[in-house]
Amino acid sequence: MYTASDLRKGLKIEVDGEPYEIVEFQFVKPGKGQALYRCRIKNMLTGATLDKTFRSADKIGQPDLEERDMIYSYSDGDNFVFMDAQTYEQVEVPSEILGERRFFLDENIEVKVLFHNGHPIDVTLPYFVEKVIARTEPGARGDTATNVLKSAQLENGYEIQVPLFINEGDVVRIDTRTGKYADRVSKG
Amino acid sequence: MSEYQPGRNSTKISTPSLEVLAVRDRLLQTIREYFRQNDFLEVTTPSLVAAPAPEPHIRPVSCGAAFLRTSPELEMKIVLASGCRRIFQIGPCFRRDEQGRFHHPEFTMLEWYRTYADDRDLIADARIILQRIAHSLLESNLLSWQGMQLDLGVPWECLSVREAFIQAAGWDPVEHFDEDRFNTDLVERVEPWLPHDRPVLLKDYPAAAGGLARLDPDDPRVARRWELYVAGIELINACAELTDPAEYQARFDAAHRLHDQRGWEPIPENSAFLEAASYLPPCAGAALGIDRLMMLLTDRPDIHDVLIP
Repeated sequence: MYTASDLRKGLKIEVDGEPYEIVEFQFVKPGKGQALYRCRIKNMLTGATLDKTFRSADKIGQPDLEERDMIYSYSDGDNFVFMDAQTYEQVEVPSEILGERRFFLDENIEVKVLFHNGHPIDVTLPYFVEKVIARTEPGARGDTATNVLKSAQLENGYEIQVPLFINEGDVVRIDTRTGKYADRVSKG
Repeated sequence: MSEYQPGRNSTKISTPSLEVLAVRDRLLQTIREYFRQNDFLEVTTPSLVAAPAPEPHIRPVSCGAAFLRTSPELEMKIVLASGCRRIFQIGPCFRRDEQGRFHHPEFTMLEWYRTYADDRDLIADARIILQRIAHSLLESNLLSWQGMQLDLGVPWECLSVREAFIQAAGWDPVEHFDEDRFNTDLVERVEPWLPHDRPVLLKDYPAAAGGLARLDPDDPRVARRWELYVAGIELINACAELTDPAEYQARFDAAHRLHDQRGWEPIPENSAFLEAASYLPPCAGAALGIDRLMMLLTDRPDIHDVLIP
């Protein structure tokens, strides 16, 4: 259990059996009065935020969270299978947890899987992955402007906006946190 | 104002700007001038004490077998009991676990006392001090803090806690006191509702929220305590002080019990104070948070912006 004085921005707590992260935190204490700990908390399962005020005497649940280093193995469509790098144990992560990030998985990519009460709830990919551009309109020669963008597609169908000079076969770096083009790694 | 010669490395060190340090210097000087002119004696009481004043919601920082003071209140009252008529002190106070935008575990407090006076008599001191500071530092009565404009020259809004709660929170805490509800509504409903364009004085707290204030002889349900809010920031707390040693003992005992329930380290009885209390003349005291005033004067949003890390 945490006590109210442990609360701070970024701390993960448990409320009604679900894990939350404190995204905003304010300590308030009227003169001669009790301290109040006003928090905006974000549900780590649903992403929903809510405001909650704790008092000094409150005991706050500590969620059972564990982060493990895992390697991506394969997907059967609905589920993505990761393997524990140490124990070789395999874990299935439903595709809705990954969302768009499923397009950035490559076989043997190293990720961190977050578990709550033993169930996977989130996957952290490396910040950048390299992918080949499979389809795009031919680039205009010599056009090195990076602020004008055009559509392109990865082999797996992911749509991405890239600068005009990118051609089919080029390898680009993608920021997995935003899903956006970062830079070109090599020409195809 | 002294000339500041920034050292070659000063830009690489994260300290408050020279402007902030200069404002603080001028602020303390202005305060000292006011009290000197009004025959106050500046005193320095110990920071390391065996027995800080037990207050229900303040946890002292323990330091070996002793504590750092949470306020200089008891020691200053010992000085009053010894015969001093008017005293003030500017110095550090320490409160465990108080860390926020308006709180820091170590902060600087101005505390002043007048004997043969009550809490209302301290309003004039507070008014003149704030106006002098404004004139000396801002060259007018106008203060601008985080987009809010305030006039320190206009008459202060003066409201009883009861009026404010009835209007802003819809209930009367003097009639029926409920501590949890009082605290939450004070922070979430009353404080945001107070006018922010001028200083606001909130007075006559419910007896149970009176700290060490004397109860009003005409209505013992309220304590003679006021708080001054400037731009919504609680800046000064003032009380007509208790003079009855038995009443002090009773309030300390209540605080001791609360600390004990929470498992806080026990604070020993302050027998030197309790003995002195029988000689305490009628008096009133006020405390002003220097760092919060610094935030207001330098338009900084966070107390840490005016403190040296």
